[in-house]
Amino acid sequence: MIKAVMMLNTQGKPRLAKFYDYLPVEKQQELIRGVFSVLCSRPENVSNFLEIDSLFGPDSRLVYKHYATLYFVLVFDGSENELAMLDLIQVLVETLDKCFSNVCELDIVFNYSKMHAVLDEIVFGGQVLETSSAEVMKAVEEISKLEAASNSISLVPKSVSGWRGR
Amino acid sequence: MSSSSTSIMDNLFQRSLEDLIKGFRLQLLGESNFISRAVEEIRREIKATDLSTKSTALHKLSYLAALHGVDMSWAAFHAVEVVSSSRFQHKRIGYQAITQSFNDQTSVMLLITNQVRKDLNSANEYEVSLALECLSRIGTHDLARDLTPEVFTLLGSSKSFVKKKAIGVVLRVFEKYHDAVKVCFKRLVENLETSDPQILSAVVGVFCELATKDPQSCLPLAPEFYKVLVDSRNNWVLIKVLKIFAKLALIEPRLGKKVAEPICEHMRRTVAKSLVFECVRTVVSSLSDNEAAVKLAVAKIREFLVEDDPNLKYLGLNALSIVAPKHLWAVLENKEVVVKAMSDEDPNVKLEALHLLMAMVNEDNVSEISRILMNYALKSDPLFCNEIIFSVLSACSRNAYEIIVDFDWYLSLLGEMARIPHCQRGEEIEHQLIDIGMRVRDARPQLVRVSWALLIDPALLGNLFLHPILSAAAWVSGEYVEFSKNPYETVEALLQPRTDLLPPSIKAIYIHSAFKVLVFCLGSYFSSQEPTSSSLAQESSSGSLLVNVFTHESILSLVNVIELGLGPLSGTHDVEVQERAKNVLGYISVIKQEIAEQLNLQGNETEASRVTAFMEDVFSEEFGPISATAQEKVCVPDGLELKENLGDLEEICGEHLKPVESDSVSYTDKISFSVSKLRIRDQQEATSSSSPPHEASSLLAEHRKRHGMYYLTSQKEDQDSNGTSSDYPLANELANEISQDSFNPKRKPNQSKPRPVVVKLDDGDESRITPQAKTNIQTANDDESLSRAIQSVLLVKNKGKEKDRYEGNPNSGQQEKEESSRIENHQNSEKKKKKKKKKKGEGSSKHKSRRQNEVASASEHVIIPDFLL
Repeated sequence: MIKAVMMLNTQGKPRLAKFYDYLPVEKQQELIRGVFSVLCSRPENVSNFLEIDSLFGPDSRLVYKHYATLYFVLVFDGSENELAMLDLIQVLVETLDKCFSNVCELDIVFNYSKMHAVLDEIVFGGQVLETSSAEVMKAVEEISKLEAASNSISLVPKSVSGWRGR
Repeated sequence: MSSSSTSIMDNLFQRSLEDLIKGFRLQLLGESNFISRAVEEIRREIKATDLSTKSTALHKLSYLAALHGVDMSWAAFHAVEVVSSSRFQHKRIGYQAITQSFNDQTSVMLLITNQVRKDLNSANEYEVSLALECLSRIGTHDLARDLTPEVFTLLGSSKSFVKKKAIGVVLRVFEKYHDAVKVCFKRLVENLETSDPQILSAVVGVFCELATKDPQSCLPLAPEFYKVLVDSRNNWVLIKVLKIFAKLALIEPRLGKKVAEPICEHMRRTVAKSLVFECVRTVVSSLSDNEAAVKLAVAKIREFLVEDDPNLKYLGLNALSIVAPKHLWAVLENKEVVVKAMSDEDPNVKLEALHLLMAMVNEDNVSEISRILMNYALKSDPLFCNEIIFSVLSACSRNAYEIIVDFDWYLSLLGEMARIPHCQRGEEIEHQLIDIGMRVRDARPQLVRVSWALLIDPALLGNLFLHPILSAAAWVSGEYVEFSKNPYETVEALLQPRTDLLPPSIKAIYIHSAFKVLVFCLGSYFSSQEPTSSSLAQESSSGSLLVNVFTHESILSLVNVIELGLGPLSGTHDVEVQERAKNVLGYISVIKQEIAEQLNLQGNETEASRVTAFMEDVFSEEFGPISATAQEKVCVPDGLELKENLGDLEEICGEHLKPVESDSVSYTDKISFSVSKLRIRDQQEATSSSSPPHEASSLLAEHRKRHGMYYLTSQKEDQDSNGTSSDYPLANELANEISQDSFNPKRKPNQSKPRPVVVKLDDGDESRITPQAKTNIQTANDDESLSRAIQSVLLVKNKGKEKDRYEGNPNSGQQEKEESSRIENHQNSEKKKKKKKKKKGEGSSKHKSRRQNEVASASEHVIIPDFLL
């Protein structure tokens, strides 16, 4: 099971954080800070795996990857393969790249909702359900279309018609 | 009118999430100010009747909660409102907020059941997907129970987009509502034979989780998993199947033989490192008896180790440490790589290398490896340095210092560790110093030397982490003072002014040790004066290499030093320190007068010598290691009610209760040795009779006679080491019985330096494991009902299958034998199956209850299919 997905920038600001088990927000923030403090102390060109039992309980592992100004972080337990998780980060980044054509930190900052759409297609309730970025893109585009459709109806809000009706 | 007008204003001028993010980047208010203003705004907007306004507000709130730790539990009801919107965008925002913030304690959880059900039944697959995601994250027992029929329907969906998510959600549903297994399990298992890789990946993932929780219940599905293992070429799927087999092979060894070949095949064939690593891990952790497979796996590990990629190197070392306990040769083959990895810049790699080095330690190379590691420890950062120290300590102390031959060396190593600047493992070192003192008699002279060096080292006193070591050193110097070269210096070290830096509890140990030293010195001084007992006194110190000769002047100055050092402490605030100091000072006040006045006390028994002899007697008792299970060996005597509530005893015999209590206390009172009491008692004895004070020793003897079984066992007496107190036959006898014989040296003639005898307890050393095991059992119990549910469903399923097999190929003899034993069961269930077919199509509730009966009747016997044969 995947326990958490995070994207942090190199200053430690979270850009996306998703915990698959319920945690109070204070605890979430504490974990984000904890993860960052470990990550920023690691030199370049070392392995991407960390044993992180101290933060996430026994049998937890962490895989991270550093792209430009962002850390992509996955926290998971013994039923996932470390290298496969590394591949999963790759899938995620590839998909984002397709989504935003050459993704950068700002895309991630301003497209909070779309980020979640992408992630939710790949990881479902802590389980990896999709690893093909084409499939993910298909679903994400459908979702965007549906959202746009529901928005276009709302150009004249209900409240306005209600007000006119008086 | 007014409400609708404000709502349109809100809607038009409301800040969207994007505005909020932009504002956040440009704000000059300071982060927390900006957030609190934004939350204020959201609180206003979220009350709007208009769902667009409400949902935008909720969206902003979820954003702030996820990334800035703002509490959003207060908005739970608003999330329920938003999710009921017919618009997809609102629904999505609502579901996102719910999955993010709801938990079992959320009171409005009950309100979403119908909405989720509606969306699960929606024609729009993306709405279904939202509802499934929600259920998979926050599903409670009630939700899982109420929505099981919908999930069952979705498991049969023709759209793989929905189906894979329905499979994913099953995990949560099973976990929360065990009865769902009966409904959904069959459909889940059917998917193991699907050709759709996405579906297969999802279902194997679910079984991987189920097998992790309870391998036993998944064992009957081994044939299906085996088929996937052989046929699939999808790495994601294969990794999960391997994980399942890693769990199953541990409980069913025959399975290991069967799967080893296909696993090796994958290892040879694939280029995907992730799959290779998973194969390796499966082999080394679960198939470690299969020589050929292990050889291949170790070869693959070697490939990982020589790669430049730090990830592969790390994983290779990781796999090596799994294989190490059973196949040490694999580690030895890669020894150079491991040693090289100790200086890697990656802390993970270093740590793994350290573990591997420790796995290689044996009695021949322990000093070499420790030497290397100490050098690394000096150079490393504090974290890794302590990791090294800890590894060395635990490897060397394993199984009562099994690998240590030369204890003098090891004790100096412990002393060295204390001087490593980053050392924070004081407590562990403290424990070992004392433990070795008690267990290894021959090591005591060196132990005293090392302790002395630690006590006089001025650098150690200032380091908080090392205080436990100092307390051990102080205790050792007092307890084994007979090996001390210069007791006078020991006392000076124990009472040096800088000991004020120590916490009171350790300070008290220092004072008490000084007391022991003083008593020892006085004892030898007196006995050297008495011609009758001097020979015995000599004998007592024959264990040590030196003879302590005390002159009258040296004794007097020793007493003065102690009095001077402790004087200020008698007024200290800490009771423990104060009491110890007062004890010593009281003792000194008894003896000082006589020593100062009478220069020569030849032959005459003085009070001072009597008190000293008494104190020596008290301190002469040796401490030995105590079995951790000693308490358990105590059987409750007949007639002693431990579980009875004694609350109403007071009513019956309220008056008699008090005297009874004080009587029982008196026993313990007698053996406690507060100095003032001893003095009084001693004086009383001195007046009544001139016999030497036997009391303490005789009491101990009595105690031993009564409770002999709780003392360490003893076989034979060692003549050499008769204690100083040979005047007193009772105490002497005791001392011998308790500890001496177990030190009997059984020396190996070949070794240049024989390993001293280490006292080892039969059972006590491993007792720590038991509580762990107990908790394991408890956690297992939690999953029990789930596993029982799965097993019972599998039982039903397998009976059907076996029937097919039985009829299909009756030629496999073994299987037949197994089958025949189950035929009775089988026939029973067959009848029921026929009924089942008839009832198909009836209401599900009826269906369920009938099934429940069947399951209940059969759940006792779980059948593991013998597909191996």
